Amino acid sequence: MSKQSIMAWEDLALGAAILKPGNAKELRTGDWRSLKPTVDEEKCIKCALCAMYCPEFCISVNAEGFYHPDFYFCKGCGVCANECPKEAITMGKEGE
Amino acid sequence: MGKRVGLEVSLAVAEAVKLANVDVVSAYPITPQTHIVEELSVYVANGELDAEFIPVESEHSAMSAALGAVAAGARVYTATASQGLALMHEILFIVSGMRMPMVMTVANRALSAPISIWNDHGDIMAERDIGWVQIFAENGQEALDLTICAFKIAEDKRVLLPMIVNIDGFTLSHVIEPVIIPDHAEVDAFLPPYTPMLKLDTENPVTFGPVGVPEMYTEARKQLEQAIIGSKPVVEEVLAGFGAAFDRHYKLVEQNGKPGAKTRFVTMGSLGETCMTAVDELIAEGQDAGQTRIRLWRPFPEEEFLAACAGAEKLIVIDRALSPGAVCGPVASELKSLFYGRPDAPEIVNLVAGLGGRDVTVREFKEMFAMAVSGKLSGNYMMWGVESHAS
Repeated sequence: MSKQSIMAWEDLALGAAILKPGNAKELRTGDWRSLKPTVDEEKCIKCALCAMYCPEFCISVNAEGFYHPDFYFCKGCGVCANECPKEAITMGKEGE
Repeated sequence: MGKRVGLEVSLAVAEAVKLANVDVVSAYPITPQTHIVEELSVYVANGELDAEFIPVESEHSAMSAALGAVAAGARVYTATASQGLALMHEILFIVSGMRMPMVMTVANRALSAPISIWNDHGDIMAERDIGWVQIFAENGQEALDLTICAFKIAEDKRVLLPMIVNIDGFTLSHVIEPVIIPDHAEVDAFLPPYTPMLKLDTENPVTFGPVGVPEMYTEARKQLEQAIIGSKPVVEEVLAGFGAAFDRHYKLVEQNGKPGAKTRFVTMGSLGETCMTAVDELIAEGQDAGQTRIRLWRPFPEEEFLAACAGAEKLIVIDRALSPGAVCGPVASELKSLFYGRPDAPEIVNLVAGLGGRDVTVREFKEMFAMAVSGKLSGNYMMWGVESHAS
């Protein structure tokens, strides 16, 4: 039998409750990604719209003022690429 | 030692809920359950019961508000029937999945269409798999007693599941019966206050009902399965404790008639008492008749049922619900699964009877018995008492 579970049933809290507040930040939603955004810093005007629209709140500004996603959380939904007014973000296939 | 009074069974159930010191009653009226929550609203309005009565706009809301209240740590009660139970359907799974103990009376009533306010078990059989502990009362005293026990069972740390006490609509809910109402102090001694394991609390925040990804949903369902299987000894223990405290004794499965009788009726709910009279008369007429009465329906008491049917060669299973297109009725289906492959398996004949308030009389039970003994009941099931040009 292949293992598809993340924990034994005995270790679940009562009613599968979550006892530790704020632990959503431990959930690696990046696992879901099949498309991966790439930011072209030549085109980026640092407007931050991508960060504002990101449903995962995972796009942050770096030291140079450019915006890049955290791939631990980025699901590859493409909202950032769709919203970018300068078409600075392109979605490529994950792993290519 | 309590007082013996003549009381409508609905009001007796309301008394039991009051004696259980509930914190919240969230309910919507529906026949034949209305008298219970109507009476409870009077208690709350009069100050006889220190509880919140939440008058909601539907049964979906009634169960949702009840869930919220129990999640906040309250002892919660509601009641419904038929279409109301059906409207609660999706929330019922959430309550058990979140392991929220509460008690609900279902005054069993047929489902529409055609509209029927009268009794059968179609409503609860459609909710067979909700993960609640489910028990059936046969009379008014039992309805009162099991309601008190239900809080203790549901809230037990080994259970922590919601529980339904089924009472047959009208046959029980609207009949005035002699019942003993226990003293409040006696009930307080039997039923301690509810102390939740987990509750909504701003000091200790928890999340109830999160997403169950494929990597843990199966494990969550396993936890529920183990909880309901594990509730059986607790039900037994609480009923035994109730017997010791109040001298009224209830088992998971009951039997009457001739011990080891080769032909036995199987009943659940108030029809059991009519059937008992028929069995007594059959025995007086020299017949080898017995009866097994299922009290606890979920979890199904397998060992207790087998023991209560020892020696039986034929079971006449009465189903008070039609499962359209199924091999047989829901109770018979359960029992055929239980006996499959067992060398001592009796023949099971199945009668779907008493739908939508249709009476099943002592004489009819005796007719069923005669037909069963003479081999005239065959096939997977038969709808009893259907008028047809063919018959």
